[in-house]
Amino acid sequence: MTFEPNILAFCCNWCSYAAADLAGIGRMDQPTNIKIVRVMCSGRVKPEFVIKALSDGVDGVLILGCHIGDCHYVTGNHRTLKRFQVLERLLEHIGIDPRRIRLDWASAAEAEPFSNMIREFTEQIRELGPNPYAGSYA
Amino acid sequence: MSEKIRIGVFVCHCGLNIGATVDCAAVAEHAKKLPHVVYVEHNMYTCSEPGQLQIKNGIRDHDLNRVVVASCSPRMHEPTFRATVADAGLNPFLFEMANIREHCSWIHKDKEAGTEKAKMLVELSVARAALLEPLDSREVGVTNTALVIGAGVSGMRAATDIADRGYDVHLVERELFMGGKAAWFSKMFPLRKCEETCVGDCPHCLLVPEFEEVLDNPRITLHLNSEVTNIDGYVGNFKATIRTQPIYVDRDKCTYCGECTNVCPASVPDERNYGMQTRKAIYLPSTGIVPRSYVLDDSACSHFVGGKCAKKPLCVKACKFGAIDLKEKERTQEVDIGTIVVATGFDNYDPTEKKELHYQHPRVITAPEFERLSAYTGPTDGKLVIDGIEPKRVAFISCVGSREKDGNEYCSRVCCIFTAKQAHSVLRKLPDAHVAVYYTDVRAFGKGHEEFYQKVLDEGADYRLRELEDPLKVTINNDNIKVRCKGHKDFKADLVVLATGLVPQHDSPEICRLLNLSLSGDGFFMEAHPKLRPIDTFTDGVFLAGCCQGPKDIADSMAQASGAAARACGILSKMALTLGVETAFSDETCIGCGTCVEVCQFGAITLEEIDGELRAVVNEALCKGCGTCIAACPSGAMQQRHYTDEQILAMIEAVAGGGA
Repeated sequence: MTFEPNILAFCCNWCSYAAADLAGIGRMDQPTNIKIVRVMCSGRVKPEFVIKALSDGVDGVLILGCHIGDCHYVTGNHRTLKRFQVLERLLEHIGIDPRRIRLDWASAAEAEPFSNMIREFTEQIRELGPNPYAGSYA
Repeated sequence: MSEKIRIGVFVCHCGLNIGATVDCAAVAEHAKKLPHVVYVEHNMYTCSEPGQLQIKNGIRDHDLNRVVVASCSPRMHEPTFRATVADAGLNPFLFEMANIREHCSWIHKDKEAGTEKAKMLVELSVARAALLEPLDSREVGVTNTALVIGAGVSGMRAATDIADRGYDVHLVERELFMGGKAAWFSKMFPLRKCEETCVGDCPHCLLVPEFEEVLDNPRITLHLNSEVTNIDGYVGNFKATIRTQPIYVDRDKCTYCGECTNVCPASVPDERNYGMQTRKAIYLPSTGIVPRSYVLDDSACSHFVGGKCAKKPLCVKACKFGAIDLKEKERTQEVDIGTIVVATGFDNYDPTEKKELHYQHPRVITAPEFERLSAYTGPTDGKLVIDGIEPKRVAFISCVGSREKDGNEYCSRVCCIFTAKQAHSVLRKLPDAHVAVYYTDVRAFGKGHEEFYQKVLDEGADYRLRELEDPLKVTINNDNIKVRCKGHKDFKADLVVLATGLVPQHDSPEICRLLNLSLSGDGFFMEAHPKLRPIDTFTDGVFLAGCCQGPKDIADSMAQASGAAARACGILSKMALTLGVETAFSDETCIGCGTCVEVCQFGAITLEEIDGELRAVVNEALCKGCGTCIAACPSGAMQQRHYTDEQILAMIEAVAGGGA
C-alpha cells in the first residue's frame, strides 16, 4: 500500500483560501491528504505552529499566502517569507528535513496553480515517506 | 471557563453537491463521538429555512453553546449562520464552519476518501469551536462623503447618483476633462437611426448634459488633473490624499478667445488625436470636452523647458483677462471619506507587437484612431481623409488583442459593434467604398445590437469569416496594402482598421496596492464574487464601476455605476458600522520590546507606560486583524481575537491526531 501523507496547509483568508474555494468551484481534482486551516494572513502563522505540527506527526506543512505585493495587509507576507527562510534553516539545524515545509503564493484567481501546488507537495511528501520526527518536541 | 461546552454539529448534504461524494450520515455519526459534541444532525440544505430552524431548535432544546456547520465555504455562508445563531440568542462568534464542499466534496471523486477527509475537517472545526469565545462587534461612526476615482462615464454617473441622494462626493480625474475615453468617440453605438445626420449619438449631445450635471451639482467637488496618492483608514473612515497638478489657466477667467494659442511658439503631436495633428503648449483639448478651458502643458511650454518664452511668456502677455498664471504649483490635500467607488476605466490594446499587422504604417490604424478620424471634433472635421487620400477600400480586422490563445483570452465585448458602427460610418460618408470586415463571430448580444448589425449588412458591408487561429496577414509592398486571409481573395486596402480590444489600465496594480484590491486573471480588478457580488471588492467600502472590472459597453457601465453608487450609499446612510472582531490585543506579559510596533503596517500599536512598565497597546479601530504582530511577539503576550493560538493549535493537534 502506498504511503498516504497527512498534510496541513495554512491558507490566508484573502488569496489562497479563496483560490482553494475557486478550485472547488472548478471541480479540480486534488488528493485528499491536505487539510486547510484558515488564518486571516499568512503572517499570522507562527513558526512554532509548523514545528508543533511536525513534531505531532503531521507529514508536511504548506503555508500559502498572497503574492508578494498583493498582501491584503500590505506586508504581512513579507514577514512570512522572512520567517520561513529562518524556519527552514532552523529545521535543518534540529534535524528535520526542510523539504517537509513549503511556502508559496496563490492569488484568489489562481485555482489551477493552487491545485498543482497541492498535487506537487503531496507527491513530494509521499516520496519523503512518513514523518520520523513525531513526538520529538514536547 | 466555568460553563460546560455543548457543541451542536450540523452536516449539510447541499443536495448532491456534498452528498454525492461524501457520506454525510457517516460524517454525522463520526461527529457524535467527538469531545463536547452533544447534538448532531444532517440535512439536505442547512442554509435553507428548515435547516436554519433546526439549528435554532438545537440551541434551544439542547442548550447548545457552540455550533459547527459542515457545508460550503465560510466565505459563502458564514454571515448567514452567524445571523442564525444570533437569532437564537447565541453570540455569533461561537459559530464555526467546516468547508466540506469547496475543499472536499467538489475536489475528490473517491467517496470513501472524501468521507474520511470530511470527518477530519469536522474534527478540526469541533476542536476550534470548543475554544471559541463570545465577542462583541466593534462599532464606528461613518463619514458621509464619498470618493469616486475616475470621471469617465461610469465615475460621473456614480458621482451624480450619490450626490442626488444627498451626500458629498469628491470626484477625482487625472485627465484635464471629464468623460474619459467615451468623450473622444465619434458616435456611441448602437446608433438610433442609420443616418449620418445628427440624431444625438455623438458624445457632444449625449455626454454634455451629463457633464453639466456634475459641474452644476453643489455636492460634487471635481478634482481634474488630479490623482489619489494615498488611502488610509477603513470602511466608513477613510482618508484620501489627492494631488492636483497645475493647468496654469484659471477656468473662471478664461473666455476661450484663443489669443494664447495664436502666439504660442511650441508645436507638439496632439496625443488625444494620436498624432494626426499637432497642438500648441497652451491649447483647447477639444471643442467637445467639458469643462471647456484652455490648458497649458508644461512639458511642451518653452517657459518651463527653456526657450523663447523663458523670461517673457507670450501667452501671458496675449491674455487680456489675466487668466494665465505660470506660478501655479502642484497642490496636495487630504479629504475624509466613508466609501470609495473605483471607476478607473481601461486602456486600448497596443497592436505594435503584432508584426504581421504592420501597425506602424500610417494607413493601418486602430479603432480609437478611427474614432478621431471620423469625429466632427477630430483633426479632419469628420472627413475620411488619411495620409492624403480618401480611402475607397477599407478593411476592418476583428479580435485584435482579444480572444487570443497566448495573450488576452477574454472577449472585449464592444469591438463587434463598434466595428459595425465604423463600417457603417465609412459607407455613409463614402457610399461607393468597399468595406471588408474580417470577423470571427459577430457577438451582437446587447439590446439593439443585432438589429444594427443586420442594417450594416444591408448597407453592403462585406463580412468575411476568418478562423481565429488563422494568422491573418497585412502585407505592404510599395505602399500597397493587402489583407491576406485563408479562404478569401486578397483584399487590396487603402485603409486597415484594427478592432483593438480593451486592456486593464497600465497602472492598475498601483490602484490595487492603494486600495488593497485583487486582480483577476485577465488583469482587471477582481470583484468579490463573479455572479453574486459583481460590484463589491474584498476591501469593505470599496466598489467597482465600469471597465476597470472588465470590458463592457456604455450602457452596462452606466448600470454598474448606478449599482456602485447604491452600494456606496448603503454605507453613507448608516450612522455606525460594525467592524471585524479579529483584532490583536496584548496582556501583562508584554516585555515592551516593540517588535510588534515595527511589524504593524497600520500604525495600530504603540508602546505606552503602564504601571511603570513599557507595554504594547493596540488601537483596535486601526487594527485590521492580520495577526502578523502575534507571530512576531517573542513573549506570547500578543494575541488575536477569534484566531487565538489555542484555537489554531487545537486544529493542528486535530490534524496530527487524524493520520491519513
